[in-house]
Amino acid sequence: MLQNKIQEVFNEPGCAKNQTKSDKERKKGCAKQLQPGAAAGGCAFDGAKIALQPITDVAHLVHGPIACEGNSWDNRGAKSSGSRLYRTGFTTDINELDVVYGGEKHLFKSIKEIIDKYDPPAVFVYQTCVPAMIGDDIEAVCKAASAKFAKPVIPINAPGFVGAKNLGNKLAGEALLDYVIGTEEPESTTPYDINIIGEYNLSGELWQVKPLLEHLGIRILACISGDAKYHEIAQSHRARAAMMVCSKAMINIARKMEERYQIPFFEGSFYGISDTSESLREISRLLVERGAPAELLERTEALIQREEARAWERLAAYKPRLRGKRVLLITGGVKSWSVVAALQEVGMEVVGTSVKKSTAEDKERIKEIMGQDAHMIDDMTPREMYKMLSEAQADIMLSGGRSQFVALKAKVPWLDINQERHHAYAGYEGMVDLVREIDKALYNPIWSQLRKAAPWDAREAAQWLP
Amino acid sequence: MATVTVSHKACTVNPLKMSQPIGGALAFLGLAQCMPMLHGSQGCTAFGLVLFVRHFRESIPLQTTAMNEVATVLGGLDNIGNAILNIQKRANPRIIGICSTGVTETKGDDVDGYLKSFQAAHPELDDLAVVYVSTPDFQDAFQDGWSKAVRNMVDALVEPTAARVAGQVNFLLGSHLTVADIEELREMAAAFGLHATFLPDLSGSLDGHIPDDFSPNTLGGAGLDEIRTMGEAELTIAIGEQMRPAAEALARKTGQPYILLERLTGLEPNDQLLDCLAQLSDAPVPEKYRRQRSQLMDAMLDGHFYFGGKRIAIGAEPDLLWTLATWLTEMGAVVATAVTTTQSPLLEQMACQEVVIGDLEDLEARATDCDLLITHSHGRQAAEHLGIPFLRMGLPIFDRLGATHRLTVGYRGTRDLLFEVGNLLMANTHEHHPESWPLPGGDHARSQIAVG
Repeated sequence: MLQNKIQEVFNEPGCAKNQTKSDKERKKGCAKQLQPGAAAGGCAFDGAKIALQPITDVAHLVHGPIACEGNSWDNRGAKSSGSRLYRTGFTTDINELDVVYGGEKHLFKSIKEIIDKYDPPAVFVYQTCVPAMIGDDIEAVCKAASAKFAKPVIPINAPGFVGAKNLGNKLAGEALLDYVIGTEEPESTTPYDINIIGEYNLSGELWQVKPLLEHLGIRILACISGDAKYHEIAQSHRARAAMMVCSKAMINIARKMEERYQIPFFEGSFYGISDTSESLREISRLLVERGAPAELLERTEALIQREEARAWERLAAYKPRLRGKRVLLITGGVKSWSVVAALQEVGMEVVGTSVKKSTAEDKERIKEIMGQDAHMIDDMTPREMYKMLSEAQADIMLSGGRSQFVALKAKVPWLDINQERHHAYAGYEGMVDLVREIDKALYNPIWSQLRKAAPWDAREAAQWLP
Repeated sequence: MATVTVSHKACTVNPLKMSQPIGGALAFLGLAQCMPMLHGSQGCTAFGLVLFVRHFRESIPLQTTAMNEVATVLGGLDNIGNAILNIQKRANPRIIGICSTGVTETKGDDVDGYLKSFQAAHPELDDLAVVYVSTPDFQDAFQDGWSKAVRNMVDALVEPTAARVAGQVNFLLGSHLTVADIEELREMAAAFGLHATFLPDLSGSLDGHIPDDFSPNTLGGAGLDEIRTMGEAELTIAIGEQMRPAAEALARKTGQPYILLERLTGLEPNDQLLDCLAQLSDAPVPEKYRRQRSQLMDAMLDGHFYFGGKRIAIGAEPDLLWTLATWLTEMGAVVATAVTTTQSPLLEQMACQEVVIGDLEDLEARATDCDLLITHSHGRQAAEHLGIPFLRMGLPIFDRLGATHRLTVGYRGTRDLLFEVGNLLMANTHEHHPESWPLPGGDHARSQIAVG
């Protein structure tokens, strides 16, 4: 069953990278074979949890030993406008006896306790490696619990050892498609209802975009899954159009919702000024195509014009300070060109950008923006990164937390642009914030102090005594 | 004397506990030029790594045997060999510390046997020390993983000897000690002219310094050669009950005597330590510690007003719980609620009515009438719900700076902790108001007069 799901996800026709592969390659799956002793990154369970934990009013129950939840809970930055239940860590914390006798009863009892104590609209049950190995059938337990307690209990079958984070994202999407989406009807619908898919509201980024949509009268029927409520996702099949953010994570949801419910979607980004505008345009275009009044297009253009002007005006202040500063951009590469364009606009020079997860099309786009000799980095070891930074080949590095200390120990300014970050960088507001943060990092007075040698190590000794 | 209760809920809510393998991995992070590795799925390592990065704010060397589904079911011993070869090629450490996980223990890989034949087949790796420890996730907790890893380091690395070097002393350190605590102990030993070895020694690797060059392995810590000669010390001092197995292993191997100090926060335990160091070195207790002792006594005099009768809720691993609960009781506070993660001989002796092996939901439910909540950063939600002051202690502390430089041992560390806790209690004293002292019956009595 799980193997079929995994193959199905690997065959995803909506994935640009996948379409360029041979049958044989496709069968091998998306992830490179992991090398023992030289691997890094999260597992499929981690990916599933990242994708679904942003659903705020659901109890997220992890069926496994303490490691899977105990070592990782409440560490992801998705924000909620309402319920806090998603930040509560639930786990069966299975022990040796469960491993010997099976953990299904333990799981069933745990579901009951959660419903008795917290009465959430649904319980999501995450499978992990150990119970998968001993043969705990979480689908059967969830089915029995749903029937017994008259409440949706949803199995998320993505144990860690089946693959990497990205596969887990997709398996989580499959669970929503199989068990949640389309199971409830909304009270009312409008011609302006959309879904946003693959946006997790990290640091509240959804709220940097939502006012723009609200200004246009566009309603987010469901965001999958940032700041979402269970019922919104259950009713999301009635949206008129969808935007898929962050292409690789949840493409299966977008494509299958189009197939099943005829909801057209496009792939867009809210990072960068032009990308934000383009996404707003595309949302409006799809809605008008689906029957919304055409005047929406004009209103959208008017909003874009006004907000772009406002953003550029605010960015202009930074131009003299940032002109010529060299940036090393290590992003996982999904859509680094959208950030590249914005940084160039304020006069910064991008001296290198990672393309590890970029498609051929993305790479072409980077060349267009950065020129033919664009420095594209496929996979940089920390040692190489350290060398590049300590030789002062860049003035600042933008990356995820993993390489944070490589930059900082080389005494080079660094800014977090990964999912654990504390700042929100979406929409027009977000791009202004990003540039402001870069400016703050670059011009912090600590750098000049740190780069100076201690006086006793300096070439010319200071004279202290008269 | 306390009753030890195991929480009988099926579902753990808001875990206090972390897993055994990452406790073991952290112990290995206290060895120099070491690469710790979890034998499990790559997620096992990723979660531990992120946790440590957030706590220490440092790069964390931590590898994985990257078990996939097939290897997990068919057995992943070859993954260990491949991983060792890969690590050797890429990072070239002196020590690789391997901890098993739930995934590999469910299958039941015979890692010890495999490593023997692997090492025999690879004589070129003779200079590389490999230490393995069995730490299934579905048993025990973080502190146990640390304890077992240190015991196995002693077993695998210390060389048997009958030789003794005068002035040489070993410290075996529990997982609850910070970098600052280790530095304090090092300074103490040096003040008596003793030469001390610390195992594990996080103060070399995770003290947050800026190295001159990039290294993929640990940046410092207890060195392999140093560990090998630990048998030559005159005495081993183990700090924390969790270090007893390692101390006994060392004694068995070298015939060396050891003493075990259950804690180093408070007046008396530090008197004992300094007296012991004085006897060992045959030197008087240096003036600066006499002065610090006097300062601590003065702090106790100034501070005890704010501790007396205060009800404290603590969630911590057994040795940290013991340290805090005993010291707070000595200051006149009442440990109203104690929740811990795993069994320990100390639990029954704890100075409170009940010790629960449970989670933060248990702690929160029992802390409603408390004046202070003490646990790791995950207690932030509980403290918010309860509306009481919150002291972060233990690991992880990810929402405050400087967790590793928090000093709580020695006279000086005790004094600083006393001020920190005292200030939290002081800041939360309730102002009195006209209705603070109602007569029995209160409103009822008054309304009768009004009617009459």
